[in-house]
Amino acid sequence: MELTVDMAINWMEIARDKYKENKETLTMLDQAIGDGDHGINMARGYQAVVEKIAETEYDHPADVLKSVAMTLMAKVGGASGPLYGTAFMNMSMVMKGKTVDQKVLKEAIDHAITGMKQRGKSEIGEKTLLDVWDQVSSYLDSEDLSEPKEIIEVCQAVVEDTKQIQATKGRASYLNERSIGHEDPGSMSSFYLFEALAEVLEKEATV
Amino acid sequence: MEYVGVVIISHSSKLAEGLLELIRQVIKDVPVATAGGTEDGEIGTSMEKIHEAISSVMSEKGVIALYDLGSARMNAEMAVEFNQLENVTIANGIPLVEGSYVAAVESSIGKSREEIEEAIQKVKQMEI
Repeated sequence: MELTVDMAINWMEIARDKYKENKETLTMLDQAIGDGDHGINMARGYQAVVEKIAETEYDHPADVLKSVAMTLMAKVGGASGPLYGTAFMNMSMVMKGKTVDQKVLKEAIDHAITGMKQRGKSEIGEKTLLDVWDQVSSYLDSEDLSEPKEIIEVCQAVVEDTKQIQATKGRASYLNERSIGHEDPGSMSSFYLFEALAEVLEKEATV
Repeated sequence: MEYVGVVIISHSSKLAEGLLELIRQVIKDVPVATAGGTEDGEIGTSMEKIHEAISSVMSEKGVIALYDLGSARMNAEMAVEFNQLENVTIANGIPLVEGSYVAAVESSIGKSREEIEEAIQKVKQMEI
């Protein structure tokens, strides 16, 4: 597998469609334990991302992801702007100048996790999007990516697991134990992001 | 006299403006700027607005910036890192209203950034 410029762009287009389609779901999850703006923030943010990358020429997928990072940082006002922005910026830094194969993609995701941990002052297992990213990293480490759609299944399980955790980070942490029983909205939005990636990889695998 | 600049960062522009009004009733000379809401004027924070606010009150004695909720801290940190701003203190975990008020008072009597940072610890909030 090699992530190309076209695939990176397609990844963002599919992600935009998913955020548009699932805006209400994310909003509902965020209304339950957050401030209720996650659906609209992600839909708007990725719409801006797709517009930005449509008007730019790219030589390398790292440059696409850098544009994604800058756009999300500028356009998304909640925590998802700085966190996803940092994630894409760090991925871009790792990919720069390299052929983005499975190993580089895994390293990029690991560096995204490091950045988000630092930015959000959080760790894996605290009912945040980090849980999903960590799962994707493990998957890329142990599987051969011949069935990219498996990524969707493992992410789904992690999102489900966040229900059981009490939030200690972000707005949900103000609810203490009442945050238990609800899926983490950030994990859900990361799920859509990786679902989009899996679809792009799947398409490529069947060509 | 040179003062340490104060920046109020809030998810709500009304909250930031209201707090500025409260401070201005008492403190006239200290440069205080607000970065409230997103660029579209909605609830949230904006890295660019924070950058502009910090630049507008920068002096030789630097700036102290205070925020309301967690994601505002992230945007404040990124505004400082990306623009390589120096002499900026982001007050970590200090309640915005009390902290900004104390910071403005301390600045008005000529205190340094370090002294103000110490003074506002008195109003430390819960860790979120």
